[in-house]
Amino acid sequence: MNTIALIPLFPLLSATLLIMSAGRMPRHIAATIGAGSVGLSAICVALLARDFLADGQVLELTLWTWMSVGDFAPRIAFYIDGLTIVMMSVITGVGFLIHLYSIEFMWEDESICRYFTYMNLFVAAMLLLVMADNLLLLYLGWEGVGVCSYLLVGFWYKDPANGAAARKAFIVTRIGDTAMALGLFLLLTELGTLDIQPMMIAANSQWQTGDALPVLATALLLGGAVGKSAQLPLHTWLPDAMAGPTPVSALIHAATMVTAGVYLIARTYGLFLLAPPTMEAVAWIGLATLLIAGFTALAQNDIKRILAYSTISQIGYMFLALGVGAFASGIFHLMTHAFFKALLFLAAGAVIHCLHHEHNIFRMGGLRTRLPIVFLSFFIGSAALAALPFTSGFYSKDAILLSAWALEDIGPWLWAGGLLGALLTSIYSFRLVFIVFFGEAKTEPDRQPGWKMAGPLLLLCLLSLVGGWFALPLAGVFPAAAEHTVNHAVEWISIGTPLLGLLLAYLMFLGGQLSVDKMVASSGARALRDFWFSGWRIDQLYDVLWVTPYKKISYWMRNEPVDAIYNSIVAANQWAHHRLLVLQNGELRWYATTMVVGLILLLAVMLRNAP
Amino acid sequence: MDGLMVPMEHVLVIAGLLFICGLFGLMLRRNIIFMLMSLEVMLNSAALAFIAAGAHWGQADGQIIFMLILTVAAAEVAVGLGLVLQIQRRFKTLDMDQAHRLRG
Repeated sequence: MNTIALIPLFPLLSATLLIMSAGRMPRHIAATIGAGSVGLSAICVALLARDFLADGQVLELTLWTWMSVGDFAPRIAFYIDGLTIVMMSVITGVGFLIHLYSIEFMWEDESICRYFTYMNLFVAAMLLLVMADNLLLLYLGWEGVGVCSYLLVGFWYKDPANGAAARKAFIVTRIGDTAMALGLFLLLTELGTLDIQPMMIAANSQWQTGDALPVLATALLLGGAVGKSAQLPLHTWLPDAMAGPTPVSALIHAATMVTAGVYLIARTYGLFLLAPPTMEAVAWIGLATLLIAGFTALAQNDIKRILAYSTISQIGYMFLALGVGAFASGIFHLMTHAFFKALLFLAAGAVIHCLHHEHNIFRMGGLRTRLPIVFLSFFIGSAALAALPFTSGFYSKDAILLSAWALEDIGPWLWAGGLLGALLTSIYSFRLVFIVFFGEAKTEPDRQPGWKMAGPLLLLCLLSLVGGWFALPLAGVFPAAAEHTVNHAVEWISIGTPLLGLLLAYLMFLGGQLSVDKMVASSGARALRDFWFSGWRIDQLYDVLWVTPYKKISYWMRNEPVDAIYNSIVAANQWAHHRLLVLQNGELRWYATTMVVGLILLLAVMLRNAP
Repeated sequence: MDGLMVPMEHVLVIAGLLFICGLFGLMLRRNIIFMLMSLEVMLNSAALAFIAAGAHWGQADGQIIFMLILTVAAAEVAVGLGLVLQIQRRFKTLDMDQAHRLRG
């Protein structure tokens, strides 16, 4: 039982140690503590998972009562079921590999101690988020990972652009978090508890499916999930968040934190099942996001931005899965995505690391022979991302598409959209592979990745390949999905689509039979490409809609016009005071005279009023 | 009834004139000694009016008030002269237009 409490404690302790050293710890000690603590957590999780897989016993552990206000007494308590085990394994397992990789990647950085502090704090907060037994503790972890994300995006804070990216990430997610906080208030007042399991039971007994209250509550929770998981319309922060170090992008902005929204919806699925309109909204948001992000990824030229948009797009698939009620498929895709997207980011990081911090894919090329391990990793990662048969992404994405197909009414539309997204995914992943690793070399790498980089890459390669064969212990967590018979033609289409994408990418970017330059020759096509490159101009739209008006209002408000009313009262008093001050001049004769004049006036008044 | 040798109105006019003399003296004079003297004149004019009224109605009240005014005037002069001495020492002048420190 005690190992459960140790799991988040290790990284938390390590972060505390590193904070107290105030950055003066020698880098090899800081790196050992930073990566080792997450490794210890991973071992604990492995032990826990072994016990869980043996007996399937749901574990609950109450540490203490957090606070007690009237009837409201949230506890620091953990709830460990199959879903939590999956999430914890991903966080500590992938997290440990990324920490190991970071040691080499960040070795020459002067702030490596600060880096591991933030990373460990992040892992602790993320573990708290997934292990929490009540929504308030979950919210603590939720905000904790938000802060760590802010700190790590702005890690190289000396460049003001990075600071701006960090603020953007923080503020945009804060919009969603505010909605989520309102959702928590609503749930607490309506259901009287925030403990997740009793809450879902209470909701089922108090509310009917389709009532207004569950729809409102889940819509507010969905707001939080949309912000954190970078879905439309709050997705604009994630591409900018690539300003952080690449391992950070791998851990936070691909594998774990951005999937917290998916976890939240899966965790509170009981509420969402009571609100079919919200479920449908989740599916449509997922579909819209995966298509828009997919098109955007096609036109980017920064290696990390392509991966960022691809992350947004893949989380869109998870939302699609949640929206059609295939919770287990969504979580399955979450796990496989964590493997192959962490792999892709780490491989991209290795390319950037070996190529003097080059981000533009058009200045890379021919790296296949020069960085063979990285090429292998990137190729496997892209294959899994594109869902080529027998990679992990294939199984999870296929499950999602088939669940979408099986849904009545809107199902085929969602399926068709998802299929188009799969085609796009395949094209942009292999565009990346062909441009970066084939063709002529434009920049020569000046070093090879060492074992601390290559080891995690190879392990993640293995996970990306075989991850699809893991049977997740989710049987008891979610309601059993209805068995549906699937048309074999549908299956063949979803298998064939990524291959078609691969072929198209080959023809366009390697074979040269379809020239992109010719395609964008016309002005309309070029405008379309610019439109995609700018991310569908959504950033500009928000600038016009929100940022510029906000700055204008701030500019008007800089002199505090509301205070002017009160300040004018003060000014009037001061003015009168100065006028009256003249009367008090210390001249005895003046006093006497004014007294006499006053007396005469008084007398006059009295005599006038006398009968 | 009237115990006065002269008409009441004459006495009141004299008292009024005396009061106005004192008042103008107070307002126009700059020397603190003269201001105090003007005050005395005003007090005495009021006392005169009381005496006249007391004689007019044959009541002792007027004389009692006169005694009171006399006492008050004596006390006032005692305190006033003390202050005058202090003013002379501090400011080396008795001109009240110069003997003040407020910068209004």
